[in-house]
Amino acid sequence: MIFMYKIGVVGEKDAVIAFLSLGMTVKGVENAKEAQMAIDGMAREGYGLIFVTETIAKEIDETIERYKNSFLPAVILIPGVQGSLGIGLQKIKDNVEKAVGVDILSKKEG
Amino acid sequence: MRLNVNPTRMELSRLKKRLKVAVRGHKLLKDKQDELMKKFIDLIKKNNELRLKVEEELTKSLKDFMMARAVMGTEALEEAIAMPAETIKLDVTKKNIMSVNVPIMNFVREGSENASIYPYGFFATTGELDAAIKKLYDIMPHLLELAEVEKSCQLMADEIEKTRRRVNALEYVMIPQLKETIKYITMKLDENERGTLTRLMKIKSMMQK
Repeated sequence: MIFMYKIGVVGEKDAVIAFLSLGMTVKGVENAKEAQMAIDGMAREGYGLIFVTETIAKEIDETIERYKNSFLPAVILIPGVQGSLGIGLQKIKDNVEKAVGVDILSKKEG
Repeated sequence: MRLNVNPTRMELSRLKKRLKVAVRGHKLLKDKQDELMKKFIDLIKKNNELRLKVEEELTKSLKDFMMARAVMGTEALEEAIAMPAETIKLDVTKKNIMSVNVPIMNFVREGSENASIYPYGFFATTGELDAAIKKLYDIMPHLLELAEVEKSCQLMADEIEKTRRRVNALEYVMIPQLKETIKYITMKLDENERGTLTRLMKIKSMMQK
């Protein structure tokens, strides 16, 4: 049997409790420090995929950057209760800029 | 800038070999960079679309959930979903795109075979919650795809940056340096040869007098 990774969700309690019903591990956090500890803890315990709400993610940019270039876990931003803050999209643009040198995505739109 | 080497024949042939390797390496890396870029652009476009879609759907679904909570009350809702009927696990395999290892993720649901996706009896819950969970459940595959694509993009962006540095270092530093040094040594050797020749001619004419 191959090793199975777990899926975790970190964010404010209101937003993440929904994911509990899907059978993911949910950690409700209130401040940046708790979130940081939750993510680091999950990364150590063999989680392959960690969803973080944007509201929390903007406080702990450093922690998220740290996992960016490692194979696993994948830290993916999801919108919180107030809807999308555009951080996830911004990160995609950053990626493009890093790789290509110019932002080719927004040129298409505008 | 030329390298600090002795202008000897040994050194010259050594440098010529190095130049050959550098040029070959440069060509290979350049090809790699082009191919990576091609793949990356396809992927990032997909990533962008997917993210827009998922964010929209997820926001809707979370709103539904808020609604369900408003109708049912926080405690009742938490109680209802506290014990999920199944757990989701992730099966990760590697895929190699131009020497970048990207993850391929697959959901594996663990739980009884034909259990319903609703982990509660329908007595104490409302229809809103059912709808919200159903929606969230339907988004899951997209969410996973997004995770896979986004992670791949991150890893590839990093690799492209690294490759570009290498290509540039070879193209604008290593290769010009080697070429200049080779030229310098060739000139120096030629100059020495001419020097020797004139000296010999001079000596010969002196001896003939």
